Amino acid sequence: MSFISQSSPHAHATNSTQRVMLTVVLATIPGALAMVYFFGVGVIINLTLTIGFCLGFEAAVLYLRKRPIGFYLKDFSALVTAVLLGLALPPYSPWWMIFVGCFFAIVVAKQLYGGLGFNPFNPAMIAYVVLLISFPVQMTQWAAPVNLGDLPSISEALTKVFTGTAIDGYSGATPLDAFKQSESLTVADIYSQKPIFSEAFFAGAGWEWVNAGFLLGGLFLLWRKIFTWHAPVSMLAVLALMSIIFYDGSSESSAPVLTHLFSGATMLGAFFIITDPVSSAVSNKGRLIFGGCIGLLVFLIRHFGNYPDAVAFSVLLMNFAAPFIDYYTVPRSYGHSKPRRATEKVDV
Amino acid sequence: MLELITENAVVTALVALGFLALVFGALLGFASVRFKVEGDPIVDQLDALLPQTQCGQCGYPGCRPYAEQIAQGDEINKCPPGGQATVEAIAQLMGVDAPELDTGGAESAEVTRVAYIREDECIGCTKCIQACPMDAILGAAKQMHTVISDECTGCDLCVEPCPVDCIDMIPIPTTVQNWTWEKPASNSNIIATDKQPAHQAA
Amino acid sequence: MTAHAVTHQIIATSSQSERKLFPIPGGVHPPENKSQSLNLPLSALPAPAKIILPLNQHIGAPAKPLVAIGERVLKGQLVASAKGFISANIHSSISGTVTAIEELPVPHPSGLPAMSIVIRSDNLDESVTYEPCENYFELPKEQVIAKIQSAGIVGMGGAGFPTSVKLGGRGKIEHLIINGTECEPYITADDILMQTYPQEIIEGVKLLAHLLGNPADVVIGMEDNKPKAFTALKEAAKGTNVQVVAFPGKYPSGGEKQLIQRLTGKEVPSGKLPSDVGAVVQNVGTVYAAYRAVKYGEPLIERITTVVGGALQKQGNVIVRIGTPVADALSEFGFKERQASQLIMGGPMMGFTLETAEIPIVKTSNCIIAPSYAEMPPVAPAQPCIRCGLCAEACPAGLLPQQLYWYARSEDHEKLQAHNLFDCIECGACSFVCPSHIPLVQYYRASKGAIRTEREEKAKSDRSRRRFEFKQERIAKAEAEKEAKRIARQKAAQEAQQKMAEQKAKAPPAAAAPATAESAEDTRARLERALASAQTRLESAQAKHAEAVAEGSDRVDQMAARVKQAELKVQEAQAKLSETQHTPTASTVDTNSDDPVARAIAKAQAKNAMSPLEKAQSNVESLENRLSKAQEKHQQALSEGADNASALLIGVNKLTEKLEQARTELQGLQAESLSSTEKPAAAPDDPAAAAIERAKAKAEAMASMSPKEKLENQIESLTGRIAKAEQKLAAAQAENADTVEALALGVEKLKAKLASTQQELEQLNP
Repeated sequence: MSFISQSSPHAHATNSTQRVMLTVVLATIPGALAMVYFFGVGVIINLTLTIGFCLGFEAAVLYLRKRPIGFYLKDFSALVTAVLLGLALPPYSPWWMIFVGCFFAIVVAKQLYGGLGFNPFNPAMIAYVVLLISFPVQMTQWAAPVNLGDLPSISEALTKVFTGTAIDGYSGATPLDAFKQSESLTVADIYSQKPIFSEAFFAGAGWEWVNAGFLLGGLFLLWRKIFTWHAPVSMLAVLALMSIIFYDGSSESSAPVLTHLFSGATMLGAFFIITDPVSSAVSNKGRLIFGGCIGLLVFLIRHFGNYPDAVAFSVLLMNFAAPFIDYYTVPRSYGHSKPRRATEKVDV
Repeated sequence: MLELITENAVVTALVALGFLALVFGALLGFASVRFKVEGDPIVDQLDALLPQTQCGQCGYPGCRPYAEQIAQGDEINKCPPGGQATVEAIAQLMGVDAPELDTGGAESAEVTRVAYIREDECIGCTKCIQACPMDAILGAAKQMHTVISDECTGCDLCVEPCPVDCIDMIPIPTTVQNWTWEKPASNSNIIATDKQPAHQAA
Repeated sequence: MTAHAVTHQIIATSSQSERKLFPIPGGVHPPENKSQSLNLPLSALPAPAKIILPLNQHIGAPAKPLVAIGERVLKGQLVASAKGFISANIHSSISGTVTAIEELPVPHPSGLPAMSIVIRSDNLDESVTYEPCENYFELPKEQVIAKIQSAGIVGMGGAGFPTSVKLGGRGKIEHLIINGTECEPYITADDILMQTYPQEIIEGVKLLAHLLGNPADVVIGMEDNKPKAFTALKEAAKGTNVQVVAFPGKYPSGGEKQLIQRLTGKEVPSGKLPSDVGAVVQNVGTVYAAYRAVKYGEPLIERITTVVGGALQKQGNVIVRIGTPVADALSEFGFKERQASQLIMGGPMMGFTLETAEIPIVKTSNCIIAPSYAEMPPVAPAQPCIRCGLCAEACPAGLLPQQLYWYARSEDHEKLQAHNLFDCIECGACSFVCPSHIPLVQYYRASKGAIRTEREEKAKSDRSRRRFEFKQERIAKAEAEKEAKRIARQKAAQEAQQKMAEQKAKAPPAAAAPATAESAEDTRARLERALASAQTRLESAQAKHAEAVAEGSDRVDQMAARVKQAELKVQEAQAKLSETQHTPTASTVDTNSDDPVARAIAKAQAKNAMSPLEKAQSNVESLENRLSKAQEKHQQALSEGADNASALLIGVNKLTEKLEQARTELQGLQAESLSSTEKPAAAPDDPAAAAIERAKAKAEAMASMSPKEKLENQIESLTGRIAKAEQKLAAAQAENADTVEALALGVEKLKAKLASTQQELEQLNP
């Protein structure tokens, strides 16, 4: 009998790409549940649509590229992109907008670059930014959290998504919007006048719990060693530091630290977006820099820029810079006195 | 004079620019002399890339003449012993697109071969010795010849002149000493199978 | 006893303080799987019926076989000796008969065969007597190292580097590190060894320390998962300066460089050896073997191997003779072949798969794993790299495995080297953690191989270039010389012509004739004339000389010299003349008879002059002579069991054939000579001349033939050659000669040629 012949090692750890991806999806559940609670059935519709479209696009492109469809669908990377995009888009978004988003995420940002592992940018963030620039009105209409208004019923929601019929009184400003739009007020005024803050516990009504949910999921992923702590901690630390430095309570002031940390896409970004290994820096040192720069950019755009939130832009900007960071954070190899960069000539 | 220059803006500009041009020109001139790169002449670099089989399959009498011809604009794909790898290396050096290897109709010899003289058939005519560009064949008139296989480049040039056809080109066998690992079959990019090999679990 | 006097240093400076440990980067924690092989006590595998001893069980050049097929060998007898500096002796581990020395599958990842000696046991297990040595501390170090060298001791942890080379190194050694780490999962061979023979190991460590000039730091390092071995060694090391250190396990802390870093904090610079940082690392198994080699004179003929895996009924450690087929060891442990997913020699992280169980256990085989499908399922197909970076975290060498992976895929050899590919120790940690199951290590191995091949090819092509240029230079020089000679000849000819023209102008035309066609008489006459003129010149010179002497002129000396010259000339002329007189009719051939070519021609002519009958007779005689000699030689070879016996047999057969031929020829000639006493020797008898004649005739015929005829002719000759070649091939196949392949190729080629010729012919034939 002839036994199989293969290269060592013959033992393998039990982790797999599928498992990593599924764990990430699993970890979004607390945040997603909070979103469903506060923003209603629209979140579920979003997720259903993104998952359907993304997997559909993935399968279609794989078919066109003559790749085994089952094999690649089973790595669940399209599922992760779909879930992240679904959570990032405003609930009750029109279906065609989601369709366009999924197209950009899967077809343009991922498969056109060569599929999983080859995409320089985070697909979900590409889709988000494309939609934000193309359809600013729809993209800035967030539902008001449940404690500030009524949530649409399922039929209302479906009508809204598929026919575009407006529903009265469901939308409202997000905490970051509220801050941006009230430039003449001091922080204390904002907190007492704006219901989104006055009804809140520590950051913004509803949003604080959504962010807390994603934080919880992120900690779960850290515990499961799906990624290292470097990038998220660095991003949150820089964001917090910046908001402390620029906080003075006046009308020019930055939002308070907790508002920054627990509003918008901060936690989703910190634990689910910037930890995407494909498009981030590789080494731990590189990830510290990568995360820190994102934190800085998020603050700069939120505070000085025109957009209320900035996670997507910051992530894409730093995706650009990831290879550059990698180049300057080459670790020192065993037996070498200093790191050797790839551009240096070797004597053969 | 000085007044003219300082008072007339146009003249000032001209003088200043002229001065700057002089300075930078001198600087550039100095730099080009001081930091002159004594690069390998292109022919040497090309010659270094060619496999040195001196087989003449390119149509030139040896590798260096071919290198010279490439430098003068000949096709870069005429070297079958070097294979596609050599074509690509030359293309990179010359900054052109790598064309397909032109094997001239013959099958591409990806495996390295060495000449082997069937010694009991050799009549000792020394024709192959004269043909060998490497001096890799030993022997004397009316004496059996043999190939120093370490020096043989597999150029085939000895096969034709042999009047008794006793020279074979045999592939160098893979042994435990010269074996190397193969690159894994690239299944992640082309076609992967998600089937597990069937087996009988205990 | 006297040994203690020398070892006082070791004993005196005993200190067992806790040692500072240093962290190593990267690493992984694969499931240890060590308990299953530790349940059974260490046992010895029965001596096998047959052993296979590959000539290359070590790093370096293969050993040279010293035995012949059919020879009887004893246990412990040297059967192959080290060839070169980095090589190792090989000893038989049983007594029996050498049955083959041939290429057989050996423990190697390639699965390729390599030269091995096969010995069949006679079940007597007779051993050569070993030479024990008690006072090894008093012997010169070189002598002790020679003992280790002659015992064929190599690194038994897996690499197989000859131990004597490591011990004979130069430079000051500060750390002697004994590697008992055994960080690979499953393997417990060193653990059992340390548990069973702690005293011997400590003695061995002392011996090695002595050989290395008693380094200040002597330490045995192991992972803390071997409490029994640790206590045993700690106990045995009491009162010595040998430290025993256990540290938390992490794969691959047992790698040589990693262990040095773990215990000393030093890093071996890239491309350097451990001795460059003053460290020598030896595996515990090696230490034990070296000790036994020196103390008891035992060669390395057995080792402890772990036999483990889910496809076995029981699992444990055995002492096994080197060369025992893996199948023997497996069957002893109840191997269920159908349940094994693969067969691994070495550990699961760095070991290699075996394609068959007929491969022998060698000096470096520390483990045989026969895993079940549940234990080690076939590897899942690779998925795309998601750049997760787990590999970079796992890499103990601080490399960037995924960068290396990209460059390996695109075969960017320059970038691979820039990313320190050659610092990769192939530990497999990166592949182990890869969630996409990418066979990273295989990529690195393939790339390393490709880069090495590329370097070799580069070196070879540079050498080829030099050789080619040298040849061209030589040819050019020869041409130039020839040209120079030609020009010189031309010039000389011109001058001669000129002279002749001048002479012609002076002398009467008739005088020119003798120069061209001289008869013997003419020659004589000419010589006589020359003699006469020389004599007159001599006379006149003498007269002038006398005159000068009389005048007392200062030209006396000059004149004397002239006289001498003239005298010489006269003598020469006389000699020549007398020669001509002695051999008045000598032919030109004879005058030139000192020319070897001419001699050979003469001989050949003489031979030709022999009648064909005589020639055939002498031919038969000489052949008979040669045959009897060859037969004698063959007999001798057979009785000696030399491996050239078969070659000699071929020679004998050939000679017999030739003799037969010659005899028939002779008979034919005899018959001929009977019928017609004289037959004109129309055809030259010299075979070479005949061949030339034939070739000429053929060429002429060819020239006059139509292309069609030519082709037909060619086909005919080709068919003849194919038949001949096939015969040869068949013979070679029957003899299993190694020319089979070449011959087969030849037949193929000829056939191809035939086919193409036939095609051509068909094209001609409308």
